[in-house]
Amino acid sequence: MLATRSLVRGLQSGFWRRVSTSSAAWAAHTHDVDVIDCSIPQYNNRLDTPLPDVPFVRNLSAEQKKLKEKEKGSWTQLTKEEKLALYRLTHELSYAEMRQGSKEWMTVLGGIFIFLGFTGLLVWWQRIYVYGDVPHTLSEESMAQQTQRMIDMRVNPVHGFSNKWDYEKKQWK
Amino acid sequence: MFRAALRLSVSGARSLTRSRPQYTASVAARSYSHGKQETDEEFDARWVTYFNKPDIDAWELRKGMNTLIGYDLVPEPKILEAALRACRRLNDLASAIRILEAVKDKSGPHKEIYPYVLQELSPALSELGIPTPEELGIDKA
Repeated sequence: MLATRSLVRGLQSGFWRRVSTSSAAWAAHTHDVDVIDCSIPQYNNRLDTPLPDVPFVRNLSAEQKKLKEKEKGSWTQLTKEEKLALYRLTHELSYAEMRQGSKEWMTVLGGIFIFLGFTGLLVWWQRIYVYGDVPHTLSEESMAQQTQRMIDMRVNPVHGFSNKWDYEKKQWK
Repeated sequence: MFRAALRLSVSGARSLTRSRPQYTASVAARSYSHGKQETDEEFDARWVTYFNKPDIDAWELRKGMNTLIGYDLVPEPKILEAALRACRRLNDLASAIRILEAVKDKSGPHKEIYPYVLQELSPALSELGIPTPEELGIDKA
């Protein structure tokens, strides 16, 4: 009982402490991943939210800061490029860019067809090399005999099989 | 329930008799089967007052705009003008341009709304120096 408890304690200190390290601290050791802090408001591109919570570019360079100062004056003094730059500082994508869509569907459809084709090849190989012979009853001669027997038995004489056989002329109608 | 539907259709019919394009008129944001139905004018007045607050802050502008875009209507030009002037008070040109983009997007298949709104807003736009998205070239991806 005490032994298991100390075992658990040992596990907690060794294993779980590493796993439970906060992602920010962990990322300080490993530099692979971009850490996004989801606990503070984030920027987003959404058609139904024209004004996101935070601007897209938070850390302004000196030049951008000067532009922001100029924004406090009359906007008629700004050039078109400056106005566009101000827009791009606050927003990543314009509405048109958000609505754009991509050509990814062609890739997806092409991939589907490729894999379907590959599957077809496999099925064809299987048909030739795995399946055995069909039963002898499917040979021409056997099928003829079977059909003749069905006609003699008057299979489906009202609307179906024998209905289509002309018994006087002994041929198909 | 039927009375609410009738009341909504009556207010919709009433707004159809106005001579301007009807799509920018709004029906009440809330529909009750009892209680007073807010008229379009009251709705517009409420929102114009909201954006006309002299010391509006950035959060209130964002909240107001995002809420307004969430409604099933295109805001009246007078509401948009109040919002654009609020952007001016907050020194936020990007939001002003974004608002115009949002109006165009909100009109959906009704292509005549956006030119009408721009026409109504053009004095304010030229006074404040707000470019339209078309002038900046961001209306095409």
